[in-house]
Amino acid sequence: MKRYAPQIALIAVLAVSLGISMMSSQLDAYYLDIALNVGINIILAVSLNLVNGHTGQFSLGHAAFMAVGAYGASIFTLEAADQLIPMLGGPSTFATGVAFLIALLIGGLCAAFCGWLVGMPSLRLRGDYLAIVTLGFNEIVRVILQNTSGDGPFGGPLGLKGIPAHTSFFWVFAIAALCVYGVASMVNSTYGRGFLAVRDDEIAAGSMGINTTRYKVTAFVTGSFFAGLAGGLYAHLRTTISPEGFNFLKSFDIVVIVILGGMGSTAGVVLAAIVLTVLNEFLRDFEQYRMIVFSLLLIVMMIVRPQGLLPSLPFLKRKKA
Amino acid sequence: MKIRHFVLPALAAALGLASCKKGDDSTINIGEVAALTGGTATFGQSSHNGTQMAVDEINAAGGLLGKQIKLITEDDQSKQGEAGIVAKKLISRSKVSALLGEVASGRSLEMAPIAQAAGVPMISPASTNPKVTEAGDYVFRICFIDPFQGTVMSKFALSKGWKKVAILTDSKQDYSVGLTEFFKKHFTANGGTITGEQSYGSGDKDFKAQLTAIKAGAPDAIFASGYYNEVALIAVQARELGITVPLLGGDGWDSPSLIEVGGKAMEGCYFSNHFSNEDTSPAIQEFVKKYEAKHGAKPDAMAALGYDSAMILFDAIKRAGTVEGKALRDAIAATKDFPGITGKITLDENRNANKPAVILTIKDGKVVYTETIAP
Repeated sequence: MKRYAPQIALIAVLAVSLGISMMSSQLDAYYLDIALNVGINIILAVSLNLVNGHTGQFSLGHAAFMAVGAYGASIFTLEAADQLIPMLGGPSTFATGVAFLIALLIGGLCAAFCGWLVGMPSLRLRGDYLAIVTLGFNEIVRVILQNTSGDGPFGGPLGLKGIPAHTSFFWVFAIAALCVYGVASMVNSTYGRGFLAVRDDEIAAGSMGINTTRYKVTAFVTGSFFAGLAGGLYAHLRTTISPEGFNFLKSFDIVVIVILGGMGSTAGVVLAAIVLTVLNEFLRDFEQYRMIVFSLLLIVMMIVRPQGLLPSLPFLKRKKA
Repeated sequence: MKIRHFVLPALAAALGLASCKKGDDSTINIGEVAALTGGTATFGQSSHNGTQMAVDEINAAGGLLGKQIKLITEDDQSKQGEAGIVAKKLISRSKVSALLGEVASGRSLEMAPIAQAAGVPMISPASTNPKVTEAGDYVFRICFIDPFQGTVMSKFALSKGWKKVAILTDSKQDYSVGLTEFFKKHFTANGGTITGEQSYGSGDKDFKAQLTAIKAGAPDAIFASGYYNEVALIAVQARELGITVPLLGGDGWDSPSLIEVGGKAMEGCYFSNHFSNEDTSPAIQEFVKKYEAKHGAKPDAMAALGYDSAMILFDAIKRAGTVEGKALRDAIAATKDFPGITGKITLDENRNANKPAVILTIKDGKVVYTETIAP
């Protein structure tokens, strides 16, 4: 039994989230919204953690992949879902579900493709170049979207509105669970040790015969794919998206979650995503002092626990000693 | 772990604050979504000050329906995504009867479907994009929409006897394109001639080519529908080329930078706006005095619009005699000739405001009120 513990946990999370989803109409809309935000932030943070934490690269453009996913999924839903649903046997929970899944996958694949395009050249470089390239890519995506025509499929600076609210508790937490499961089993597999090797010492990993570029690109594309899924979920939750919502500040928010949770610690990052999202809501009552309280907490946190909320992987500790 | 001693009380305090904010039956809860922090905080704070002032006045006069008004304000940090969350929070946790906000069109678009789905009327004080009120019949605005200003400036030009006008549009901004379109439509239909039409993109610095082409048409005025950053540069370069005719524009000009950058070149140019605190009508001067006494600064257009949005809502509550969603919505929709600070406001069948605009001019380095133009 113990061998299958992760799989059992995954199925349990899927079942529980389906159950909660069924009775979500009885839940308070505001609390439900926070819960869904937590789930989306978990997907974003865990997928970024694969790149920044496990593989040791520094991406500052996660919001750009989220934007690509959000626009990809929304455009599919707005333009094509109406034709698709009759083909699946008319409007039913099943048909809209399938159409939504296809929209999410299209968003995710678009984001993964962009991740590949950006990652291929820049991941061959070392050091801070990826940070610069991804930061630039983030701005490029935003500026391009902002300069599209207001009547076109991208909606210009005001973005898209009237996206159907398909995102439910089940969709968010099913994908979050798959993301956590996928990233964790990827990193813990024999193949996945390569990510950690690249992070710990790229030259040593290379000389051991590990194709470092391929590992970095794999991590980056996988991370982008999940960011795209999160973007699709976000768009179908908020029902409106605009380029301004995916600026570099959004990317920084995700980086902060990863650093606070502990680079390379999936459990820590999940915990940080929950804590930071919920904290953000509690601090709302401090109004304009919220940002000060929030920043102070982060600074104190970094002084008291620079390694993040949860203890990271064992070899990180060994390095410190 | 000394830190726990700080974090836990802080969290407890936050929870305590959150719980004491919940309303009870002895008050009418009104939710306000405003950008109190972040990029557009100046707009959010002004509109919040105006709204708060309206609430204080009504409460001092005994409240509405025998109850006091409680304004619950939530900050959206000028961030995309936040406006939707706080709208949900106000509706489901604070049980508000109506929503006021947002100033920015993008964030109003986020709130609108939520208000619509919950059957809670929403009034935006200053979202000028036409799409905002298309979200549903519970969504209103009390400012005029972008294209209207084009019509107003055309009327103004014709009243000045300027029959030949050249147009300079920022093709990258929906706002500018909309203004130009409606200016042209009204101007040509009423006997005016467009001598030349040129365009540029936001961020451009050199406009000499466009201005030289415009100069050849010898217009009486130039309609520059873009934002202040480029318009100020356009004015400077136009004067260098010997073009002395006035420039005309919309509320996108409303910024101190216009005169800082444009300087003398802006003298004698005109633009339309929602409100002028120099308007001599007694109602406006009284509002300006009260606002100045409270906040130590003269109210801007956002403050006046925030004040009006709250006052229109209170007027509707009074007429409806209830705060129930459907009845309140119908009462807001029936608003007619409401004497607001920003002019007489009538809400049309598309839930947009039908109201006058003020024309401002630049004189001796200052923005001065000239006249009010009815729709």
